[in-house]
Amino acid sequence: MTNQIIQAILLGGYYALIACGLSFMFSIMKIINLAHGSLLVLSSYLFWWLADSYAISPFYSLSIVIPIMMMIGWALQEFLLQKSARGGELLPILTTFGLAIVLENLLFEYFGADTRSLAPYIGDLSWESWQILTDIYVGKTSVYILLSAISLLASLQLFMQKTAMGRQIRATAHDPDTAGLIGINARKASAIAAAIALGTIAISGLAMSIRGVFDAYSGGPQLLFAFEVTIIGGMGSLWGVLLGGIVLAMAQTIGASIHPQGFLIGGHVIFFVILLARLYMANSVIAIRIKKVFGGLR
Amino acid sequence: MNTAEKTHQDNSDNLSNRANKYANSVKVTRWTAASKRAVILAALLIIALAFAPLFASVGFIDRLTALFIYIILATMWNALAGYGGLVSVGQQAFFGLGAYFTIRIAHLGLDPFVAVALSAVVVAAVSYPISLIMLRLRGGEFAIGMWVIAALIHLLVNLDGLIQGETGISLISLNSYPSQSRLTIIYLLALFSMTGLLVMLFILLRSRQGSAIQAIRDSEEAASSLGVEPEKVKRLLFVLAAFGIGLAGALWLASATSFQPKTYFSVQWSAYMIFMVLVGGIGKFEGAILGAILFFLVETWFSTAGVWYLVGLGAIAIAFSLFLPKGIWGELERRFNWQFLPVGYHVEIKHSDPNKSNNK
Amino acid sequence: MTALEINSLDVRHGQLKAVRSISFSIEKGEVVALIGANGAGKTTLLRAIAGAHKLTSGSILLKGIDITDLAAHQRVAAGLALVPEGRKLFTDMTTQENLQLGATVSRAGGWSVDKIFEIFPNLQRHRHAKTGNMSGGEQQATAIGRALMSNPEVLILDEVSLGLSPLVVDQVYASLATLIQTGTTIILVEQDLSRAMKVASRAICMLEGEIVLDKKMSEVSREQITDAYFGLAKIKNIAVEQ
Repeated sequence: MTNQIIQAILLGGYYALIACGLSFMFSIMKIINLAHGSLLVLSSYLFWWLADSYAISPFYSLSIVIPIMMMIGWALQEFLLQKSARGGELLPILTTFGLAIVLENLLFEYFGADTRSLAPYIGDLSWESWQILTDIYVGKTSVYILLSAISLLASLQLFMQKTAMGRQIRATAHDPDTAGLIGINARKASAIAAAIALGTIAISGLAMSIRGVFDAYSGGPQLLFAFEVTIIGGMGSLWGVLLGGIVLAMAQTIGASIHPQGFLIGGHVIFFVILLARLYMANSVIAIRIKKVFGGLR
Repeated sequence: MNTAEKTHQDNSDNLSNRANKYANSVKVTRWTAASKRAVILAALLIIALAFAPLFASVGFIDRLTALFIYIILATMWNALAGYGGLVSVGQQAFFGLGAYFTIRIAHLGLDPFVAVALSAVVVAAVSYPISLIMLRLRGGEFAIGMWVIAALIHLLVNLDGLIQGETGISLISLNSYPSQSRLTIIYLLALFSMTGLLVMLFILLRSRQGSAIQAIRDSEEAASSLGVEPEKVKRLLFVLAAFGIGLAGALWLASATSFQPKTYFSVQWSAYMIFMVLVGGIGKFEGAILGAILFFLVETWFSTAGVWYLVGLGAIAIAFSLFLPKGIWGELERRFNWQFLPVGYHVEIKHSDPNKSNNK
Repeated sequence: MTALEINSLDVRHGQLKAVRSISFSIEKGEVVALIGANGAGKTTLLRAIAGAHKLTSGSILLKGIDITDLAAHQRVAAGLALVPEGRKLFTDMTTQENLQLGATVSRAGGWSVDKIFEIFPNLQRHRHAKTGNMSGGEQQATAIGRALMSNPEVLILDEVSLGLSPLVVDQVYASLATLIQTGTTIILVEQDLSRAMKVASRAICMLEGEIVLDKKMSEVSREQITDAYFGLAKIKNIAVEQ
């Protein structure tokens, strides 16, 4: 039991990590990026390709992949999202969905149907674990993933709260028209926000490829996880993301203990339970209190 | 500050004079000569298609069946997105359910074609409680929330022992029909389902409710202030779309005979629907039909290209959403003032105005 | 020296011509009161000058430099700041954060967060409070402070005292007086005519998107302004012609 809870918290850390970029983009740019999962897979392939072809350790290639993904984020905002967001809130959904299809099929075309993993490229780390209680072991990678989720969320929070650029991004999210009137380059702020979101996707792509296997079409399920985490944690709250990740993982663990195929079902069910609860007690006292505690960024 | 608010005396007189002048020259109609001709032609075409099995080859009939199913899918997705403002990437939920319930109902011993029809009704019934939760979501949340619904339903269907997980099952009872007449029945069923759904949507959009639907699309706030209940109308569209897409799934099963959950609950179906409607013209009745025909042609010619075919579909969808968001029909309508199946009103201004006549 | 020059500006609101071929120029240090009824086109004109509303035609020069094609944020960098109607604060941010945002373009000048708190001492206690919960007067002060943080040479204030109590309006104008002494060029929209006449050195009256009166305050009577406001001047002129 204790073991299951600990493992679920660690898994929750992974979910929080992959939801980071999606949640950030939604809270700042009001866009649900349906290409989130495919971009995640793209970054995983970048890590794998650097490790496989150039024998670069995945941890070193972070310094290559993060900038690449950030540039993709900037381009995404500048050439796709900015234009399609002007056509109403529905158009970016279609644009990013189209992008997801293009991306995953291109990846399939280039990398083929084999599943890949980065586990072989990180040496003993992939299976090493710590014994924390007599019969409970935690995988080192899972712990590192949880810690990176926490530190990434904390640094995003700090960046948004304490830096001038963070403030400009928040102001642009709140009211781009007025942001322009007081001297903020709203277009630049949005492009930087998109770059940051994609930078976090690079980090979560590393996590995904270290802890398991992936192929060109792994993006869909990852997008669903990330989305569920974002909704469970309460849209637009970065710390809510961590909570959402842990709740999702707990529910999956419970689901798996009820039925052999219950893992994913448990996750989807908790998503709808929370959604219902959130919708029907939106204005109740408890909800407001929870919001205060986990309000985080906004 | 509302600059449109003009209180000054002589100016408002001027405006009302102008309004009177226009009132004499504006003619609001639903039917134009062209649209009357178009509807008569469409009816004749459908009657002609009904006799096609007498002449056409088996392969051709089979392909036409697929086309009719695509038109159903496009029209239903368009009803939801184009008129209800609800973009969904999870409509494969109902497509898969339509096929699944057909298997289940046929398993009870009913005739497979009766099962097809009943299945769609069951799907509509299932969609109602789903609408209660999902319609409270907005924009992207609704879109991807529907995908979660599809994923959940897919997993739940897999739990049914009859389906044997991803291995799937066939609609065996179809074998009681000789293959030639089976094909013809499915073809006619698809043709009539398509016609029925198109007529239903056409009538719905032209009804009082329909005007409400189009009012919501333009502005939800304005619609509420007119006493229209957006929620009710959206629910109607949601259930109608589930019914139609469920029927399409059931027909697809009848035509393909085998049911593998993975194929039917694939998000690819949403991609196809989005492609068809985006290319044809979102929110345009004729646009969805045109989009389905184009998709059908593209599939016929290029689907052998495999992965590149899918890349192309995605890229075309992006290009349309960026550069031609109203689709091909929207563009034709704008340029040539075409409207063959009038769900709105046609405003004609007999006046030497530069905007000679306008479509609403 | 000319601070701001507007040449035959046309602005549309959809089909409606909200601003029709307006031209004027303002000298450095002038305080101009823009007067007109609701719907006369004042806000549209000011937003067009600030770059928040697209022009149909015309040009805008700031210190002789053409800024017509610049985006709103570039105009702020060039030395023009607008305090928009309705304050438009970032309500989920604190007073200090709002002020800091005003310094985004970092033009040289004497304004700092502390200096703003000096001229609006009642803001001090809200320094770290979200602006959404403050009173209208405090919000207006913050909005003005935020605009000042860019060290503008031309400051535009739309509806300075809308929704504020007379006492608060006094405070706001007292701080504006300090500003005027430092030689900042100001355009302000003020519905209270006597106050506008007291603070401004020049009156521009708009009616249906056009300027119907543009005179030094010292050369204009209250009645002339009122007539212009209601469009009576036009009718009287017509009567005279007839």
